[in-house]
Amino acid sequence: MRTWALCLNTFRETVRDKVFIILVVFALIMIIASRILGFLSVGQEIKIVKDLGLASISGFSLLVAIFVGTTLVHKEVDKRTVYTIVSKPIRRYHFIVGKYAGLLLTILLNVAVMSICFYLSIKLMGGAWSLDLGMAILLIYVEVMVVTGLALLFSTFASPTLSAIFTFLGYVLGHLSDDLRFFGEQSKNVIVNFLSVPIYYILPNLERFNVKNQVVHNIPVPAKFYAFSIIYGVIYCALLVVVSSFIFERKNLK
Amino acid sequence: MAVGDVIEIEKLTKVYRSGVRRRSVYALRGLDLTVEENEVFGFLGPNGAGKTTTLKILVGLLFPTSGKARILGKPLNHIATKALIGFLPENPYFYEYLTGAELLDFYCRLFGMPKSQRKTRTEELLRRVGLIEAADLQVRKYSHGMRQRLGIAQALVNDPKLLFLDEPMTGLDPVGRRQIRDMIGELRAEGKTIFFSSHILSDAELVCDRVGILIDGKLRNIGRLDEILQPQKALYDAVAVNVDGQVAKRLSKFCRQMVRRANRLYLLIVDDDGLKEAQRLVVGAGGYFESLARTRMTLEDRFIEFIGASANGRRGRK
Repeated sequence: MRTWALCLNTFRETVRDKVFIILVVFALIMIIASRILGFLSVGQEIKIVKDLGLASISGFSLLVAIFVGTTLVHKEVDKRTVYTIVSKPIRRYHFIVGKYAGLLLTILLNVAVMSICFYLSIKLMGGAWSLDLGMAILLIYVEVMVVTGLALLFSTFASPTLSAIFTFLGYVLGHLSDDLRFFGEQSKNVIVNFLSVPIYYILPNLERFNVKNQVVHNIPVPAKFYAFSIIYGVIYCALLVVVSSFIFERKNLK
Repeated sequence: MAVGDVIEIEKLTKVYRSGVRRRSVYALRGLDLTVEENEVFGFLGPNGAGKTTTLKILVGLLFPTSGKARILGKPLNHIATKALIGFLPENPYFYEYLTGAELLDFYCRLFGMPKSQRKTRTEELLRRVGLIEAADLQVRKYSHGMRQRLGIAQALVNDPKLLFLDEPMTGLDPVGRRQIRDMIGELRAEGKTIFFSSHILSDAELVCDRVGILIDGKLRNIGRLDEILQPQKALYDAVAVNVDGQVAKRLSKFCRQMVRRANRLYLLIVDDDGLKEAQRLVVGAGGYFESLARTRMTLEDRFIEFIGASANGRRGRK
């Protein structure tokens, strides 16, 4: 119940935050713009709408994750709102889990609103909605969960600017982790060769959540892939929350 | 821990690391302190003395470098202990986008209260601190005094046995300070123990049963107010009339304070021997005492004395 109270409060905070509203408006504009672009590309309308729609949902959700996530803990400590919370009968990890869950709830709402607009755009263009499109959105959400977890982790010890830089780097490297491992294994340098394996396992493999191309071009994606990606994402998020809690449990709230 | 002690602090030390060289800055140096049940304890000291650091350690925001403390017989950070305490931080900060009622409801949730109880408790508290009219106003629109009262309300959500108040009177006007003082009195009457830090000594003098004076992270004095304010030497407030400059100069040897206004000399004479000498000098020079009364030290006098002694001690060590 205590974690739920913190979650609900974070949700309320982010929903009442004007930045969030602006992002949603931008996302809606983007989806509408994709329809206009669709009209311009004869014969490819539905593909363009699907491509831009998925990219918008992913991009704007990631923006919310990075901008809000990186200030999640730091702002509470900086503005001292945490004082009256941590002194109440809660464990510090309740605070971390509550803040994280609250932001995920906000992003879920964000993704849901954009997905409805996306669905309506496809229907209005006469296209068909598929389960794969739904699964692609679900994987986008799991990817955003991982990126939010990274932002949360960095916000427990770094300033919002540094956290945003680290999270963005994590996002970029996360999409390149397969390539990093491949180049590491090919390298003749023993150190690079040796380090590529642990780095591969430490970095999130965000390409596991990217099925946009397959879905847009109607290439079937095995159900196993979806299941494994979701399980991998959830475990990775749980680890990020555990490490964030570990750091926050030991933090002096000056 | 003696029966009746609600706070027991033993050799509590807090060291901060500062700068690139990680220089050690001592905020607390082996603090020993006990607070008894149902007393109002004033934790006094100049800015930077370590008052807030102590409070933050006791409520679980900071971790001590060494030493230990127990609250209500349990170690710090015990969830069961936190359920029995209330804390008002200095200049409390709240979620600005919530209304007063929403904020208190949120704090009630942190204590696991069911919905029906939360509603009643929130209303009760808002009424108690005089904010019922502002219940639906966002906290961002609250004045400083209103925030302070809201801060007290959130500290009382769980009807705590022990209350920690960090500088509760700071920034308040005389009416606001009076309200907080009255509230502290009411809370003590309800059987609560109150531990509050302050550097507004006149307020502390009016509400505290016992005070501790903290300077440079060390407790310099602790005791009941009447013990602390009991001067080692008697003090006399006097107004002497028709005393010339020569005599005034000689009188200054026996006085702690001396102010001249027209032909009147306002004196604070130290010790019975000093009084006899002053009387001899004034009467001998053709003057007289318009008024003369024994007085006691104020907490501020005592406080300044301790700070002075501490500064002298430091100079001596150097």
